[in-house]
Amino acid sequence: MQDCILHCFFNFLIICDKGDSVNNVLFELRGITKLFGNVVANKNIDFSVREGEIHALLGENGSGKTTLMNILSGIYTPDSGTIIINGEEVTIKSPEDAIKLGIGMIHQHFKLVDVFSAKENIIMGQSGSIRQNQKNLTREIEELSNRFGLNINLDKKIYQMSVSEKQTVEIMKVLFRKSKILILDEPTAVLTPQEIDKLFEILRELRDDGCAIVIITHKLNEVMEISDRVTILRKGESVATVETKQTNAKELTELMVGHSVDLSIERPVVEDKTKDVLQVDNLTIFDEDGVKVIDGMSFALDGGEILGVAGVAGSGQKELCEAIAGLHPVAEGSIEFKGRNIVGLNPNEIINLGVSMSFIPEDRLGMGLVANMDMVDNVILKDYKRQKGLLLSRKPARKTALKMVEDLDIVTQGVQYPIRLLSGGNVQKVLLGREINSSPQLLITAYPVRGLDINSSYVIYDMLNEQKKKGVAVLYIGEDLNVLLELCDRIMVICGGRIMGMVEPKDVTIEDLGLMMTGHTYSQILAERGTGK
Amino acid sequence: MIIASYIYIAVRVSIPVLLGITGAIFNEKAGNTNLGIEGMMYMGAFAGFYTAVATNSVIMTLIAACLFGAFGALIYAFATVSLRTNQVVAGLSLTIFGQGVARFLGNTLSGGKGESVRIPDAVTQKVSWKIPVLKDIPFLGRALFGYDMIIYLSIVLVVIAYFYINKTRTGLNLRAVGENPAAADAAGINVSLYKYVHICIGGAFCGLAGAYIGVVYLTTWGNNMIAGKGWIAVALVIFASWNPLKAIYGSLLFGITSLIALRFQDSPISPYLLEMLPYLVTVIILVITSVKIKKENQQPASCGVNYFREER
Repeated sequence: MQDCILHCFFNFLIICDKGDSVNNVLFELRGITKLFGNVVANKNIDFSVREGEIHALLGENGSGKTTLMNILSGIYTPDSGTIIINGEEVTIKSPEDAIKLGIGMIHQHFKLVDVFSAKENIIMGQSGSIRQNQKNLTREIEELSNRFGLNINLDKKIYQMSVSEKQTVEIMKVLFRKSKILILDEPTAVLTPQEIDKLFEILRELRDDGCAIVIITHKLNEVMEISDRVTILRKGESVATVETKQTNAKELTELMVGHSVDLSIERPVVEDKTKDVLQVDNLTIFDEDGVKVIDGMSFALDGGEILGVAGVAGSGQKELCEAIAGLHPVAEGSIEFKGRNIVGLNPNEIINLGVSMSFIPEDRLGMGLVANMDMVDNVILKDYKRQKGLLLSRKPARKTALKMVEDLDIVTQGVQYPIRLLSGGNVQKVLLGREINSSPQLLITAYPVRGLDINSSYVIYDMLNEQKKKGVAVLYIGEDLNVLLELCDRIMVICGGRIMGMVEPKDVTIEDLGLMMTGHTYSQILAERGTGK
Repeated sequence: MIIASYIYIAVRVSIPVLLGITGAIFNEKAGNTNLGIEGMMYMGAFAGFYTAVATNSVIMTLIAACLFGAFGALIYAFATVSLRTNQVVAGLSLTIFGQGVARFLGNTLSGGKGESVRIPDAVTQKVSWKIPVLKDIPFLGRALFGYDMIIYLSIVLVVIAYFYINKTRTGLNLRAVGENPAAADAAGINVSLYKYVHICIGGAFCGLAGAYIGVVYLTTWGNNMIAGKGWIAVALVIFASWNPLKAIYGSLLFGITSLIALRFQDSPISPYLLEMLPYLVTVIILVITSVKIKKENQQPASCGVNYFREER
């Protein structure tokens, strides 16, 4: 109660300070607690958002941000606590209830039906007459997109769309339902810098319209750029709510992690590099549908170097990794590993040569580890071929697993527990640790920090740097452009299976990378820069 | 004239398969692979047979068959939607259950004396009422207008099913549930309700199919009436690419091959080989059509996976 009074008083001060229209609290969560089995996901959280406000919900992975918002949008039901919207206490039992109350959530993994068109996705679940009144609906949707400058082909199927187009559909879905409360879960994770700017513009417009917007993120620069206030969650508890103007990135990190962190990534210089450990020449690859996914790609990678690959998701990253590992047929061109062409060799032969790949797909477990097996068995998967005889000896694998737990600080109840019981970060450490354990000379790693919190990410960066110092050639497929710029020696930007530029981090800005990811070549950018100055 | 008779026979054989396919499509569009089609057909066959004998009413017969088929589906829906048991196991159990129930109760029809029970003539006559004048047109009269009225009813129902699934708002929601229940749920669709309702509608279609076989086609009670037509329906769903209108071709294909088997009955070819023919052709067609199909025409993506909202 005292809190509430204080809170109101605080609001009052702000209103006086601004001296403009009164910003009411649009919704409030009080004392929300949610348990999953024994795990406390949310513990007695208070959270409130005003009309015409963009409120960032900041926290590391597993801090309970998404759970809290899923409670508001009816996916989860809280174990205790109340939800108040427009001053009235409400119960939200299903997403249907939430929609009726004007709550719209854009989930991190889009909730869209792939085989439906944009329009069908927007109108599904809406009440109304049993017939689909096509003309009226189309006009209504078009009006909406004009108003917010959203550009989308309504008849295009979702599976043919790029990630940013899908997100636009999600936004239109929420707008079409006239939601007053918008929740966006990690909306920028897969967008280029230019697309992020566009998204933020739309969000600001909605804010000025009086919507209450919650943006879930763990990217500090975005919090600073877009939000009016920030609430920080740590381990399921609300740590603080602050005005964005009165804080800074460093303070926010400390609140989020609980102690001070050095935010810069180390980039050691390796003197004696082995030349051209990997040499890819004029590589061309088609996918199962006969679409060209890699188009005449040529590059070289030295030992003792981290080569970053930047690109919008689906630009050919997966196929490139798979081709090098021998998992995807190559139509044309050669892949030379230490001077030997490995095209046509089977994955096992390639592994024996010293090439290792760890690919973290979106669901994290999909490729590389068996979720229901324990750590020891997962280690055996990779090295059972080196053992002789009919029966497997688990002892060496067990030793390796125990060493991994110690070296990499893996949090587990024991190496005999199934991998799926580990948290995402620890699973990724196991995967990368196992690959490194086979002491490769070429390490391909895709999205190794996908969905990891700050601490775990830095452990992974250190692991990669360690390998680099040993003279291993590292091909790093990344998402976060800031990380690519800090960690990698060179960055290769790809778009539609073609190399747009091979650049050194010191020569480019994050915007340049964004432009290249969307199809501008580096020479074009240089030319524009030349005329600009 | 003989061609007209052939068409007549082929259509009659294919109708129960057509209804079965449509029933299976309703299930799969709701995201449930239901292998209990055969069982629900047996249940419909029994309910239809029993009601026909007891009441002499065609309408009651049809209603009873639909309801009993839907009842079988309801058990399956409860097991898979509410209890989230494995769909394959639940479906297979339903087939075994339905077959068992029909045989057990079917034996009581004859009072346990083992005499063969026939559909009363009054019912048979009512069912085979034909449109006057039209039925006397040469050729067309037999090939187009010579059927019992349940065939026309079935075709109308199948066409309605097509429009319902593909052209209405509820149909859109249903397809959303089958493709991506999480997305449907987030869009405010009551996933469980949609699944329950449409699995039961599918069951009603299967019940009707069973009644057709029992009451109209065979007219004598037997323990092995359905003889795998439910399984054929499950397979032909793929040929129909989850589209009730295309199911008409699929079922006709089965009808025509059955006819060929029937035609060569007196030839020296082994009768067992001939009986195998329609089933063999179905398998071959299935393999051919499964090779490459457009993304829109594939099985609803969530088929076989039960949905639980709070899953992490």
